[in-house]
Order: sequence, then C-alpha cells, then structure tokens
Amino acid sequence: MTAAPLAPVNYSTAVDKVGAGPRIRTAVRAIIAIILTIIILIPVVWMGMTAFKSHPDAVSVPPVVFFQPSLESFVSLLTQRRQLTNDERAEFAARTDLTWADQLMLQRGQVIIGESNFRAQLINSIIIAGISTVFSVGFAVLAAYAFSRFHIPGKDDLLFFILSQRMLPAVVVTIPIFLMYKELGLHDTHFGLILLYTSFNLSFAVWLLKGFIDEIPREYEEAALVDGYTRLQAFRKIVLPQATTGIAATTVFSLIFSWNEYAFALMLTSERARTAPPSIPLVLGVGTIEWATIAAGSLAFLIPVVIVTFVLRKHLLRGVTFGAIRKG
Amino acid sequence: MSDVRLDNISKRFGDKLALSDVSLAIKDKEFFVLLGPTGAGKTTTLRVIAGLEKQDAGSVYFDGQAVNDLQPADRDTAFVFQQYSLYPNMSVYDNLAFPLRSPLRRVPEDEIRRRVTDAAEKLRITKLLDRKTARLSGGEMQRVSIGRAIVREPRIFLMDEPLSNLDAKLRESLRVELKHLQKTQGSTTLFVTHDQIEALTMADRIAVLDDGHIIQVGTPHDIYDRPATTFVAQLVGTPRINLLPAQRHNGSFRITNSPLDVPLPASEPPPEVVIGVRPEDVRPGDGAYTGSIALIEPLGVETILHIRTGEQTLLSVVPGTSSFRLGDQVPFMLARERLHYFDSSGKRI
Amino acid sequence: MATITLQNVEKKFGDVFAVQPLNLKINNGEFIVLLGPSGCGKTTTLRMISGLEAVTSGNIMFDSKDVTWLHPSERDIAFVFQFFALYSHMTAWENIAFPLQAQGMMRHDIKQRVDDVAQMLQIEHLLDARPSSLSGGDQQRVALARALVRRPAAFLMDEPLGALDAEFRETMRAEIKRLHISQGATTVYVTHDQIEAMAMSDRIVIMSNAVVQQVGTPAEVYHDPANLFVARFIGSPGMNLISATYSSGSIRLPGGNQYAVPDHWQSKLQNGLPANGSVIVGFRPEAARVHPEGRLAAQVYADDLHGGYSMLHLELEHGTVIHARSSRETSYPIGTPIKFDLDPAMVRFFNPETELAISNGRAS
Repeated sequence: MTAAPLAPVNYSTAVDKVGAGPRIRTAVRAIIAIILTIIILIPVVWMGMTAFKSHPDAVSVPPVVFFQPSLESFVSLLTQRRQLTNDERAEFAARTDLTWADQLMLQRGQVIIGESNFRAQLINSIIIAGISTVFSVGFAVLAAYAFSRFHIPGKDDLLFFILSQRMLPAVVVTIPIFLMYKELGLHDTHFGLILLYTSFNLSFAVWLLKGFIDEIPREYEEAALVDGYTRLQAFRKIVLPQATTGIAATTVFSLIFSWNEYAFALMLTSERARTAPPSIPLVLGVGTIEWATIAAGSLAFLIPVVIVTFVLRKHLLRGVTFGAIRKG
Repeated sequence: MSDVRLDNISKRFGDKLALSDVSLAIKDKEFFVLLGPTGAGKTTTLRVIAGLEKQDAGSVYFDGQAVNDLQPADRDTAFVFQQYSLYPNMSVYDNLAFPLRSPLRRVPEDEIRRRVTDAAEKLRITKLLDRKTARLSGGEMQRVSIGRAIVREPRIFLMDEPLSNLDAKLRESLRVELKHLQKTQGSTTLFVTHDQIEALTMADRIAVLDDGHIIQVGTPHDIYDRPATTFVAQLVGTPRINLLPAQRHNGSFRITNSPLDVPLPASEPPPEVVIGVRPEDVRPGDGAYTGSIALIEPLGVETILHIRTGEQTLLSVVPGTSSFRLGDQVPFMLARERLHYFDSSGKRI
Repeated sequence: MATITLQNVEKKFGDVFAVQPLNLKINNGEFIVLLGPSGCGKTTTLRMISGLEAVTSGNIMFDSKDVTWLHPSERDIAFVFQFFALYSHMTAWENIAFPLQAQGMMRHDIKQRVDDVAQMLQIEHLLDARPSSLSGGDQQRVALARALVRRPAAFLMDEPLGALDAEFRETMRAEIKRLHISQGATTVYVTHDQIEAMAMSDRIVIMSNAVVQQVGTPAEVYHDPANLFVARFIGSPGMNLISATYSSGSIRLPGGNQYAVPDHWQSKLQNGLPANGSVIVGFRPEAARVHPEGRLAAQVYADDLHGGYSMLHLELEHGTVIHARSSRETSYPIGTPIKFDLDPAMVRFFNPETELAISNGRAS
C-alpha cells in the first residue's frame, strides 16, 4: 500500500466489507473449513486404509483402526488365483522358490496362476479417457471460439441444440446405442468408447469454454489482427494462452466424466476395450466380498485423476491470467 | 503516412443504423478527432477504417486507393484500444515487438530491438521493458499500447478512447504527450473520444457525430466558436453553454421568463430562437442587465457564478476568486459579438 | 443538525492502516468534503462516521454525545450511496416514504413530508415512476429526497455523482450545493474529483495513504498547499513543480534560467531548505505570464484550446514541461522560443526532502 501518491490503490472497497473482529471471524471460518474437509475426506481415507488391510482386518467387526499394513489386496487385485487343497498347501509351504507375493497368498490358501485383467483395464481407461478428453476439449475450444466471436446464423438455436443433448438421461439410449455399435462393429473397441465419450462431453465443454472465451476481450485478437497476424495465429498466440483457466477446468471435468463412466462401459465392452470402472466390483472373491481388494482397485483408479487435477490446480483458480485487465 | 477518405459509408447492426452515409477526408499528418456521445458511431467508423468491421455501403480510400477488400493485417494501420489490448502473458518488450514479429513483416531481431528501444525512449518506458504487463499501472499500460502502435511505423494511427480509463491527472499529462508526439512524428491519427476537452485540446480538426450522422466538421475553434447546432454547442465547453429560448420583442429578442433583451443578429431571424451564451461571455461587474448571485462555485483558477434573473439562471465564469457573495445584486453584460443564435430545430442561424 | 467531532479515530485492517489517527471537527451546518485518490481512506472515514464500519480506536462525537459504538440507525444520519441504492420494486414515492414508514410515522404526515421534499427537488412529476425508468440524474434526485425526508442530524454522501454522466454531474453538483445552502445541514461528502470538492465545500479534507494531508477552505488548499501531494492533486492541471537550486537570493531553474526570489521569501528559504539549497518551485498555470521581455525562457512543447482559454505547455529543458494559461487568441508552433514571467504573489516553495511547503508566514 505504499505506492506513489497518485497511483490508484484499490483496496478500500474490498477491505471496507470486513467488519469488527476480523481475527475471530477468520478463526471461525478456518475451523468450519477444517471440519468440512475432515467430513469429506473420511470415506477416502477409510478406503485408503482398507486397501492396505489384510482380508481378516478388512472384514472384522468392529472395524480395526490400527492394523498391520499389508499388500495382500493389491496382489489379489493384479492376479488370478486358485484355492489350494490341504495337501497342495503343505507342498507349497515346503517350496523355497516362492516370491513374496506367492507367500502372501499362500497364507490365504491360494496360489497365483496368472495375471488379472485389471492392469489392462486400467490402461484401457487411461487411453479411452485421455484421448476422448483431448478430442472433446480440442473440438470444443474451436467451436466455443467460433460461437463467441463470429456472427453465425441461428447461433442461439445451435447453442440450444448442443445443450439439448444433455437433457435426456444418457442411460435411456443405451439399448439403441448397443444395437448400433453391434451393427457397426464398434462394440468392444477403444474407438467406440472414445467416440461416445467425446460426443457426450462436447456439449458441456462447448458451453463451459464459450463462457471463458467470452470473457477474454476481443480487443486482444483485434490488436493482433491489425498488427499483421491471421485469425488462426491470433487464436493460437493470444486466445489460447489466456484461456488456460477454462481449458484446465474443462479438461478436468471431461476427464472425470470419461474416467468414471460406468453404464456404457459395462454395456459396450466385454474383453478388449473394457475399462476399470465396470470391473472393480467384479473382483468379488469366492464366498466372501473382498472389500480390501475393491478398496485397492478404487485407490489405484483414483490416483490418475488426482494427479491430473493436482497438476492443473493452479489454472483452476480463476483470475490468474487476467492480471492485465482493468475493468472500469 | 497517408491520407484517408471515407465515401458514403453506411453500416447497420441488425435493425440499428450505426453509420448513415458518412463521408470524411482526413489529411496526411492530421490529428483528426471523432467526437460524440456513446452510440454515435465513432468507434464503428474507426473499426471500418481498420477493416475490423465491413461497411454495408461506401468505400474507404488510403492515399486514393480503395482498401475495401483488404484484410486488417494488410491495411497497415495501428489500433490503440481503450483497454485490454496488452497481452498479459508477455513482457513489455515482447508486447512492443509482437507486431514486428508478425509473419507478414518478419523484421530481423536487431532491427526490432532498435525500434522497440527507440519507441520506449520516446514514451519514457525504457525502465519497464522487462516487466510483465500485469504489473503495470493504467498509465504505463496505455503508454505501452501507444508504443506498440509506434514501432510499427504504420500508415495511419487509429485510437479508440485510449485515455478514458485513466485517472484525471494521468489523462491530462498523456494528452499533452500524445499531441507533442503526433506533431513531432507527423503521423496521420484518427482519435475517437466522447470527452470534449480531449477533442478540443488535441485535434487539428474535429468531426462531431451523433446517431450515425456527421453533424459538423471543423477546427476546435470552429466547433467552439461556431457550433452548427445546439447539440454541438452543448457537447463542447465546461461549464456548459447557456441556452436560452427567446422571442421577437420590439426589434430585439426577449429571453423567455426574464427581463433580458438581446439584439437581433445580422441576418433575418425567425420569430422564435434559442440564444447560446458561453459562460465566459456572461461578464458580471458592469453592464445593462442585473441579476442576483444564486450560487458560487470556486474552482481556484476560476469561479463559476450562477446569476439569477427572472426565471432564468445563467452560468458565468470569471477568472480567479470572485468577491461576490451569495444573494448580491450584480450588473452584468453578454458579450454581444459572441452570442449564438439557433432556430427552433436547433440549427445555427 | 450536529457538530461532528473525530478524536484520534483510526482504522486498521490487520497491520495496515486504512485511516491513521485522525482529529477533525466538523462544524454545525458545514459542508465538508473528504477528498483523495481511491484507497486513501476517505470512504472508510465516512463509513466510520456513519457506523457502518467500526473504529479500531478513538471516539466519534455528535455534539456532546459519544456515538462511537452506536448502531448506524441510532445516529440520526442519512447516507447517500454512489449507486443510488433505490429499491427497484417500489415507486419513487414509496422509496422516499420508506424511512418514515420505518419510523412508524403517521400516514398523513408522511405524505406532507414527501410532497415537501419532492417539491424542493422538483421531482413531483416522477413520484409514480419506478427507479428503473428514471435517468441517472433523476434516480440520484430520488435518492437525495429519501435522505432529506428524514431531516437527519447529518448527511453523509459517498461519491453520489460518481455514477452520473458528465452532463448530469455539473447540474447535480450545483443542485446539491443549493440544497445545502437552503437546508444548512451538516454534510460530509466523499469524492475523488477535486473540481467537485472545490466547487461544493466549505472546507476540504485531503487524504492520501490513510493520512490527512491538509484541511482547509478551497482557496487555502488551492493557493497554499501544505505539501507536494496537495499541490499536485488540486487544480487541473495541478501546480507546476520544478526542481531547482537556491543560493543567495536567486534560484537556478532548469534550462539555464534564474529566478530572483522576492525579498520576504529569502530568509524563509535560507532556514527552511536543505543545506545544498535544493528546492521545488511551485506555481499555478495562471501565474505564468507570457511576455516578450519575460525573464524566463522556454520552448513551446504543445499548446491547446480548452474552450474559453488556451493552455501553453512550455519545455524548460528536455523532460521538464510546465503549463501556462494563456489567451485563446494566441497559438504557437512546437519549438517556438517563449519568454515569460511569474506572478510573484503566486509562487510557492517546497522542501524536496520533507515535501512540505515552506510557510509564507501568513496564518492559515
């Protein structure tokens, strides 16, 4: 606040709104925020804990809070196993060429007979969600720019039409889509799901991005146009860098949708292109529910989205790139 | 540098006629101001010249050549916007260099450096070159915007209210600097503003626009001393001109609801007129009229007196501090040679 | 009506002063303007007087009553905001009557009071209209009427003309002042526009960076600014301020000019300036008179018409430009050499280290 006397320092109206005893209020707000954060995080933390529990700990009643961490659930997530008979059990116990994973499973009377599909499904998820997100954001940013800047005949109707795609619950059209995909040979292909997710995300992404691009003053590009740049160059050099906030937000939303989508993945894939969400509940064990394994699967499933969101978090905070704008 | 000619430009936006048959000729090296209220069509005119907007009818000529079909990039104009036009993700230097790095020009980097430092020197922003634009004050930002226009050495400068977002003190000093720069560079400049003082102080010639029409074109002295309509008369000058309705009465004009009689103009006037008197032409202290002081506004350099006579209140400006007190009866006169007569439709007689 | 006294009133947000300890006595019936750039603390001061903002320390007195911790509604004040704050679902009449209804006044009396105030502001014909259908100036008239109708002890106004077009602003400025003269109510008025402050006020309180720079009548702050900030801020353009050096009765100005200091200033400069004699010379644009035999020389940097007069911008040397008011009939091309003199009664001197004016010995 020690600017030169004539430089406008715009803090007066902002701070004026702070009333008496700001410290107490700040403290109260902080406490409420902490409590809410804890409430929201408890299930996630519980899931994380369960993922590292052994099978007995995971299903024990009352639940155990302090336990011996174990990788058992992750091993069972990534492998296929067979139940051993008592004879076999003794025989395996005597062997010395077992890996730590084999020994871990042996304690539960099981032997690892191969890899599970989970890794392949996780990779499918990454491919399908990743590519469909790139497509939907890429197309949407172009469409949003056009809607924001050009005189397009019937613009409002088109925008409404795009939005109307979201009005019908998607599940309603699963059967027709299933039949169409069968006919077109898109069933159980990566391309099929990418196409579907891209079209689902597009309408929402166009609307979201149009809002962001509307807020970038068109004078920026016009200055570049007058300065000797083409429309496309101006778009790339001027608009895109300033739309990073919106692009980041749209990316995260699109990614989360494609990543989490369950119903269509279940219907439209079986082997090759199956993604992780429909398969996690299928790791139910023999006789009992393998809670720890489900938790491990969910945790592994959660990590990629958390990473992406974490990387983009700076851009998600609005207003970072709008520093040069002085309104009124 | 170039001259610019607009021939019968018309432009509509939907149902709204933004420009109606606008013709202008701007001379080489002229500082030409488009003045008018919001929505008068000033900015549209500028954007048509830049090629950012396409006119519905009429033609734009630079140096006698039609540029109607040229893209903005090919017209070689520089546009300074009211705000927003600095790229926030670049340093000041890169902002200034940006137009020179366009694929159209491909100026070599050492030439860019020379021109950027040159322009920065002229605008006194050399110290800011490495800064990010987000860190600049309003005045600094607008200097950089002007700098970005200068480095281009364009044929024509187009400026759309570049000073209107700055505070009063900065506006005053940038006004003087911009005028000095334009005169020493000899650049053809079109400047849009709604602020009459900017127009009067900076322009070689002013075009007054209202509602898509050109009302008057002239030098600042023409506009101030011989306004074509009551609209123009009210638009320029602070405090505002006194406009007094008057009727023919015994060989002179009697101002409505007042005892004031004003002589007839040389030409044959209609029976009902509106008489305009600039506040500095209402001179208290001496004269045939009397009124009472209704309000005193001391501004330091001058004082505004509200003189009440009959039902009319006239504004008068006197230099320095006035010794009159509220309620004083004062004699005053109207500078006869500086009276303006308008007919009932507002046209100058 | 009331006398308002601020005793060591201060406001802090965290460790930052929004208003440094401030003492001010606003006389009964006085029109006081708090003037300064945005962020200087003027609005915070007004809001503390109103009770919308709590003081960090200090006391606020209305006459002899301590109101420091009273609720705004208990202080008998009316507040006029920049953005009118009219209720859009009510007509102008209902808006004006609203504060009286809140007091539980009788219907007949309300009508009488609203009619009176509407007549005073000449808005009788607008009373049935909704705010959204009124022009900016008329909306502010209704807002003023709503403030006036209460007949409060003091009016507090926060940039009431800030949202109006230039054409309305001049008219409303005069109207508010006329209203003040007829009503004589104590008024505290906040603005960043020095012309408004000069035109309307009895006294101006100039603030910058949370500190009061000067309190004085318009003539005092214009002719005898207390420091460089006030000298720059008041006037358009502000005072010409030139860095120079004083030695034995004469001042060396940029561009090889010498200025002979009037006798009565010499001892004051001797005592008031730093040892090296550096000084800032200040004078208003109308103090510079172009004259063929003038003792100061400069070149024309630009000259421009302001309507009733012209402004000459003169360059003493590269980078030092001063402004001189001149007649509108003369015009000079850029670069013309010019001679001018300064009106000795209008020259002021400042100490460049303290930025304070050297006192001219007159009581102020």
